[in-house]
Amino acid sequence: MNSPEHSGAARGGRVRFRDLPNDSTAKILVVATLVCIVCAVLVSSAAVLLRPIQERNALLARQRYILEVAGLPLGPGQAVEQAFGQVEPHLVELDSGEYLESGDAIGFDIAKASREPGTSRALGPDEDLAKIHRRPDAMPVFLVRGDAGIETVVLPVHGYGLWSTMYGYVALDGRGERVKGITFYSHGETPGLGAEIENPGWQSQWRGKRTLGEDGSVLLSVSKGSPSPEQADYHIDAISGATLTSDGVNNMIHFWLGEQGFGPYLARLRSGGG
Amino acid sequence: MKSESRKTLLEPLVVNNPIIVQILGICSALAITSKLAPAVTMSFALLFVVTVSNVAISAIRKHIPTNIRIIVQMTIIASLVILVDQVLRAFAPEISKQLSVFVGLIITNCIVLGRAEAFAMKNPVWPSFLDGLGQGLGYSIILVVVATIRELFGFGTLWGYTVLPLVTEGGWYRPNSLLPLAPSAFFLVALIIWGVRSWKKDQIEAPDYQIQVVHRTETQ
Repeated sequence: MNSPEHSGAARGGRVRFRDLPNDSTAKILVVATLVCIVCAVLVSSAAVLLRPIQERNALLARQRYILEVAGLPLGPGQAVEQAFGQVEPHLVELDSGEYLESGDAIGFDIAKASREPGTSRALGPDEDLAKIHRRPDAMPVFLVRGDAGIETVVLPVHGYGLWSTMYGYVALDGRGERVKGITFYSHGETPGLGAEIENPGWQSQWRGKRTLGEDGSVLLSVSKGSPSPEQADYHIDAISGATLTSDGVNNMIHFWLGEQGFGPYLARLRSGGG
Repeated sequence: MKSESRKTLLEPLVVNNPIIVQILGICSALAITSKLAPAVTMSFALLFVVTVSNVAISAIRKHIPTNIRIIVQMTIIASLVILVDQVLRAFAPEISKQLSVFVGLIITNCIVLGRAEAFAMKNPVWPSFLDGLGQGLGYSIILVVVATIRELFGFGTLWGYTVLPLVTEGGWYRPNSLLPLAPSAFFLVALIIWGVRSWKKDQIEAPDYQIQVVHRTETQ
């Protein structure tokens, strides 16, 4: 503890910091404040300085997911950016389903576009199936072309599960009629239950499923139980123990393949545009 | 190096190892040792945090008021952990994703707070630095040993490279399916403790209770 000559020492009417007893209120406040300032500067400068690198990593990770869901796995030693050259990114204006001429489809930030009033609109309670509150006016799509025109269309989708907004990609065939794959790149669902949406086994049952009925309504659905034979082509088995997450995925698919989402764009693909 | 310093640095490696003798930091030792790469990354993260926090706390130990010392220690440790987490996210995003919450949980790792409170608060900067280094290395040794066994026999690989070709990939090795799961690390850590205690007999504690053999005729 404090040696006698230090306690209560005031020289020239001014208390010197180093002479304060360690457990005096003043010293406690000074030490706490200084520690907080030093730590805050350390943490925030690390966050600010490293953010550009982290954002680049997130972009590369998203591109890898798009390649995987489109069925274009990386060759050994192949760089993501190079493989991504096979993919044709576009921005689609959702209401009309038309491509936009300008805009950055690769670096498109869905969360940011959803926040800003200029680039998104609020959804009414009856429209907001996926519980995302606001929908961007335009969304990116990623096309893979083959000899016979568009082979694969990758659509970004997001919706609310049990705890979190789940972000993923759905790959459809060139006419948007059958699913080629689904993947999720960001979510906060319960590990072991809702987080099973990441399970490759569960994701594999989406492959080859049909999306839309004759009239363009979304029939693809995630539900429990065994479907009737005519429904089997549209049925995805829900994850047991994760009813609310499965419902969230179901709503997300219905929203994004429906009229408020990519519906107009998919209609245009089916009529041969694209 | 003086014998005192040498002891501070080398003792935690086996004789006073944080995992197998102090039985601290078990949680992360179970969770991230299924493969070698995340285990080594985690080891470096903890080594950095425990060493730097020991040095920082030791440097200001005479100015830390007793009433708020745990909060001050935790603030320093938490800041260092966030720093490590941010660096991993920037430069090793894949491994950072595998380690998920366990990097953040270094904040509550008993080894770090334990060394801050038990050693750095009472010793000068240089011995605190050596102590942090020693304890961090002691943790790392166990993690690497456990992860090597689990990855080699659970997946047939080491650091992602095939060592024992799996039956499913046309080889001959049928992997042990318990080793990829967390409980196997419990068994491995226990076996290591058993091994070390057979070698260093003085680590065996006296039993808390002695079962006495009482003959029925004597009690009546």
